[in-house]
Amino acid sequence: MRHIISILIENEAGALSRVAGLFSARGYNIESLTVAPTEDLTLSRMTVVTRGSDEVIEQITKQLNKLIDVVKLIDLAEAVHVERELMLVKVKATEGLRNEMKRLSEIFRGKIIDVTATSYVIEMTGPSDKLDAFILALDEDAVIEIVRSGPMGISRGEKGLHL
Amino acid sequence: MELSGGEIVVQSLKDEGVEFLFGYPGGAVLHLYDAIFHQQEVKHILVRHEQAAVHSADAYARSTGKPGVVLVTSGPGATNAVTGIATAHLDSIPMVIISGQVGTPVIGSDAFQEVDMVGITRPCVKHNLLVKNLADLAVTMKKAFHVATTGRPGPVVVDIPKDITDPAIKIPYIYPKEITMRSYNPVVKGHSGQIKKAVDLLLKAKRPMIYAGGGVILGNGSEELTAFSRLLNYPVTNTLMGLGGFPATDKQFVGMLGMHGTYEANMGMHESDVIIAIGARFDDRVTGVLAKFCPYAKIIHIDIDPSSISKTVKVDIPIVGEVTTVLKEMIDLLKASDTKGDQTALESWWNQINKWRGVNCLEYDRDSKLIKPQYVIEQLYEVTKGDAFVTSDVGQHQMFAAQYYHFDKPRRWINSGGLGTMGFGLPAAIGVKLAHPGADVACVTGEASIQMCIQELATATQYRTPVKVINLNNQYMGMVRQWQEFSYESRYSQSYMETIPDFVKLAEAYGHVGMRIDKPEDVRPALEEAFAMKDRLVFMDIMTDRTENVYPMIEAGKAHNEMKLRVAPGTPINRELA
Repeated sequence: MRHIISILIENEAGALSRVAGLFSARGYNIESLTVAPTEDLTLSRMTVVTRGSDEVIEQITKQLNKLIDVVKLIDLAEAVHVERELMLVKVKATEGLRNEMKRLSEIFRGKIIDVTATSYVIEMTGPSDKLDAFILALDEDAVIEIVRSGPMGISRGEKGLHL
Repeated sequence: MELSGGEIVVQSLKDEGVEFLFGYPGGAVLHLYDAIFHQQEVKHILVRHEQAAVHSADAYARSTGKPGVVLVTSGPGATNAVTGIATAHLDSIPMVIISGQVGTPVIGSDAFQEVDMVGITRPCVKHNLLVKNLADLAVTMKKAFHVATTGRPGPVVVDIPKDITDPAIKIPYIYPKEITMRSYNPVVKGHSGQIKKAVDLLLKAKRPMIYAGGGVILGNGSEELTAFSRLLNYPVTNTLMGLGGFPATDKQFVGMLGMHGTYEANMGMHESDVIIAIGARFDDRVTGVLAKFCPYAKIIHIDIDPSSISKTVKVDIPIVGEVTTVLKEMIDLLKASDTKGDQTALESWWNQINKWRGVNCLEYDRDSKLIKPQYVIEQLYEVTKGDAFVTSDVGQHQMFAAQYYHFDKPRRWINSGGLGTMGFGLPAAIGVKLAHPGADVACVTGEASIQMCIQELATATQYRTPVKVINLNNQYMGMVRQWQEFSYESRYSQSYMETIPDFVKLAEAYGHVGMRIDKPEDVRPALEEAFAMKDRLVFMDIMTDRTENVYPMIEAGKAHNEMKLRVAPGTPINRELA
């Protein structure tokens, strides 16, 4: 089953490699990993999307908690949560395609953030499957480049992951 | 008090009460070595190879419970230390390893003797720290000792760039007495509800087993384990790392369990209905094939490390906490309990266990004209009155020592259980002897293992550590040969060395006493003679039966109740050897 694990970790050099190294050393899957400092600059928040049986996920959370730099973590799959992913897509926007690309982007609530005579960059956020659907809707030949952030998640309601 | 970085490191070691610093100098740590030169409190032990520095400090820690401390230089000094660090990590030994690093301005430039020590050691330490500012140095040292010695212990590396220890730059020295880390708060006390549930289950058991590991020794819980076990009168088995945690000569002790454990311990585990695992981690050498592990048992598991629980074997009642604290609570509950458990069931369980004991699984050919390694360990046990510190290397001799030396006290059996590091034994013996100068220290080894850190014979001369090296010389990598005999139709690929040095002359060259023993009747007198030489290291090269194997054995893919037992003692063995 797919799990999103949110981690608060000391914002120290090497913190990312401790988490990434743990996953590779113990043979766990990482589907995606995003990280950035939080409002408290001494802490980073990491979001790891992983897959595994309940036993494997239990070990992953225990092993992550065992890392000395990890302050707190939560498995978002255990509670109701929302998740979003950011994607930037560079597409061909030559004569025939120009309008179609714009229309398609609007249908998916994307935003065109860069325009040249022959290309667009479309910004889109949403659940990962919506982004997948957009890519499927695009003509393969029209796509120049895609970059995705990997999902981030946050629990619903007033409780939060902080110190 | 204003101190330079080098002086801060040395002063922090004094403040931590460090007696010995095991190390080897080099470019990146010269400032530090100059600070060491100016003081006497912390005694530096100059080894002959950095790996040995870590093993010696590790064994010092295992035998005393105090953290072992190491100092190595950058680059090759640091990488040489890695095997030792991994050894300590797998056995959860509290250690602080200080490594020099190239100066901060050149980090990342592939400078001379530069290696990313924090990166290299990340998977084999409890934690590691790179000191980037002099102002952080004292606090970082405190953190290192705090993390190494609390919770589930382990090695911590502190990597210090050369410019941080510059003698020209001094800052006020303040060493924190206590430290709190928001990201690190190990659990001490177990959950009372879980402890109550565990005690209830234990009292309902009909075929109980107490399975205790190295955590009992690391957590100083031997007394509590013994009191707890006596209250229940349940059979006790120890893991390789747990030997000495419960007195081996006690009638409740059924021996070690696992791959080379006793028949009674493994059969007991297999047939048990309630197992309490205490400071043990269900290692693959203990469990055999997981699918067939303890099919009838409900399992209680006490461990300080939550990630040890249900890692390989799913347990029914997990208790996260310090072994001693949890056992004390259980003892109180047992004493207050009105029920004493099912005594009739317990009696028939003991009868069954005694039947298994009757198999006499550790019996061997006592009439052999060749020296049997088991016999040597039995004689060693008698000559040292069961009270020596015994270090070992890795292989058959390690198993023989574990099986035939009966450890009644904790911290007496010092071996590399988790990583299985050949070369551990001799430097370990030196570390133990420094910590316990009055005690008998024996290094049980083999002619292959001993050659992996043989250079430490020089360290032993320099610091006058008169340990006794018991070299069980079968002219083979015995354990490799045994597996090749069982699983590869006796194709002894590379398990035999064409040349083995004359160990007697070698010992003498280093300034020690060498002995060669090749007759069974000479073993006892030679051991007595060696241990009577209180102030000399004696290297005993004992020529043992080359065909001997370690029995009993659970082979790969087999369960506890499928042990391979020795064929009847005295059966002639007819095998072609090189």
